[in-house]
Amino acid sequence: MSKVNKEPLLHITKRKELPMKQTWMIRIGAIIAALIVCAIVTMLLTGLDPFSVFGTMIYGALGTERKAIILFKELAMLLSVALALTPAFKMKFWNLGGEGQILMGAWATALCMIYMGDKIPGFLLIIICLVAAIICGAIWAMIPAFFKAKWNTNETLFTLMMNYVAIQLVAYFIILWEVPKGSGKVGIINQTTQAGWLPYIGTNSYILVIIFVAIITAGMYIYLKYSKHGYEISVVGESQRTASYVGIKVDKVIIRTLLLSGAICGFTGWMMVSGVDHTITTTLAGGRGFLGIMVSWLAQFNVIAMVFASLLIVFLGQGAGEISTNFGLNESFADIITGIILFFIIGCEFFINYKVHVRKKSGKEEA
Amino acid sequence: MFDLVAFIPRAVMQGMPLLFGCTGETISEKAGSLNLGIPGVMYVGGICGVIGSFLYEQACEGPLNPFLAIFIPMASCLMGSLLMGLLFSVLTVTLRANQNVVGLAMTTFGVGFGNFFGGSLIKLTGGAVPSIALSETSRFFSKHLAIADSLGWFGKIFLSYGFLTYLAIAIAIITAYVLKKTRTGLQLRAVGENPATADAAGINVNKYKYCAICIGCMIAGLGGLFYVMDYASGVWSNDAFGDRGWLAIALVIFTLWKPNFAIFGAIIFGGLYILHLFLPSGNMAVKELYKMLPYIVTIIVLIFTSVRKRREDQPPESLGLPYFREDR
Repeated sequence: MSKVNKEPLLHITKRKELPMKQTWMIRIGAIIAALIVCAIVTMLLTGLDPFSVFGTMIYGALGTERKAIILFKELAMLLSVALALTPAFKMKFWNLGGEGQILMGAWATALCMIYMGDKIPGFLLIIICLVAAIICGAIWAMIPAFFKAKWNTNETLFTLMMNYVAIQLVAYFIILWEVPKGSGKVGIINQTTQAGWLPYIGTNSYILVIIFVAIITAGMYIYLKYSKHGYEISVVGESQRTASYVGIKVDKVIIRTLLLSGAICGFTGWMMVSGVDHTITTTLAGGRGFLGIMVSWLAQFNVIAMVFASLLIVFLGQGAGEISTNFGLNESFADIITGIILFFIIGCEFFINYKVHVRKKSGKEEA
Repeated sequence: MFDLVAFIPRAVMQGMPLLFGCTGETISEKAGSLNLGIPGVMYVGGICGVIGSFLYEQACEGPLNPFLAIFIPMASCLMGSLLMGLLFSVLTVTLRANQNVVGLAMTTFGVGFGNFFGGSLIKLTGGAVPSIALSETSRFFSKHLAIADSLGWFGKIFLSYGFLTYLAIAIAIITAYVLKKTRTGLQLRAVGENPATADAAGINVNKYKYCAICIGCMIAGLGGLFYVMDYASGVWSNDAFGDRGWLAIALVIFTLWKPNFAIFGAIIFGGLYILHLFLPSGNMAVKELYKMLPYIVTIIVLIFTSVRKRREDQPPESLGLPYFREDR
């Protein structure tokens, strides 16, 4: 062939592990760049100057005591989902079914609250709801896990489809339970008796929910870092072959981990119905099943980093919400801001893992 | 009696957005990219078309020029979805980010983008209309041949659609042909099955991936446009598009990555979506269970193909994996 191979201008190699400090510098740099882009977008849409953009955002997220507690409640919810999905991811099992697993937990809770609300004393009912929610969430996650373990069925697509089966199932029951008939809404469940509701601390039970999630966070940290299960999960994640050579039963680990993952998702659903919303809708999970995946992934499965990643996303969401209410814009503004931040952080991982060499004119190998 | 002549056209109308989405997703999956951003892309495609035609309708005094009324929304829809495709390919191909994560972020962003502009467009442009209703433009999109009305049931089932329906079917057939019978298609599939081998054979892996993702996104974006302009008669309402994007991804699996099957698959899925309207049932709630059927069917297909392990029914071998030449 007469074609002369041109040497490419840029040459990419994989980096050895960067020191911790540098990786965080890159990430923080990306976040700052993303915030600047967000500020510009907001300026273009609202005509605010950048300082008042961030001023409004901070006010929206933390401005009053009530806003602050809502921020932490939202943080707890998102973090809980991210924690639930983490063990599965660490095993390289793409559990995109968080949305459905949460919803099944919520469904089980609502079911128990509606049918047993006036028959069983309050405290016992809460426990029954909790157990039912955990079981339902776990089953919903176990179905794809079973097929993955047995026949290597593609779990990404399977878990994704399970979300919509759950959504339609809940939609069906919402119509059965709707109050008043024809409204398409369940309304507040047990509004007068408050049966099955988590006890209030102050004017709501958000603080209780936050405490629960703090416990799960600590538990998950220990589970992944110090337990035998956590070790097995990371071995299976690195290489299934290695795992089976050293005598780990891969199918068992997959199913067990997904049971745990689904159970925590179910638990989150229980908190949403019993502790926060006291009702059920098909959009209850509100995309947290997907956002949780991104939180978990952005934090590189590090439980502590996950707290900050969820804080960032929730903070921006609440802040952008404030801007959109102030300017009469659609509340989906928050999704756009979240999207921009995510793209930047996802993109910056490249510069952590790879090094770009610019080739010198002479064409000689450099670096 | 079950009214088939009324049922089929409605199933087709429901199915076409899915067909666009499915064809687009198939192209990118065949090149090894699992683009979970498709639901977002379809929203962006839809809203970009709406923005284009909204601005045109506002700017235009007197009757609309038929060519421009179709061209402007089409061009802005394709442009918007192309940008989304470029975003996905830059992040996953050049920057080697994880496809699932990027895809989900794109869906979050795209759905937000659609709803945001759908909800705020009037305020942002200072228009004096209460809601986005582009019925003028929509009429051009949903115009069907005059002869269809005089042909009875035949006309109703086969000829009563706007031009985008036939475009969807044409694109699906062409895609199936290109993937199966041409050299480009062979090389594209090679990239999706085993990029390292394809690279060794002298195929430019990144170029194929970029093209497949971008073309796939543009086709999927048209699905959003079809939904707003033809199906919804030009009325944009937030979240009305619903989970059709995910249904399109389900359809890819259901049809085993074959766009020519997808034409019928899309109509079947569309039919399942509206079946409850045609079945006698006193119970409102049951219709939600019917809507579950497409997903259940997809799950069954997914399980069945993985249990049977027939080689030609499997997903592309390196679906979802990034490719880095030096990484062996």
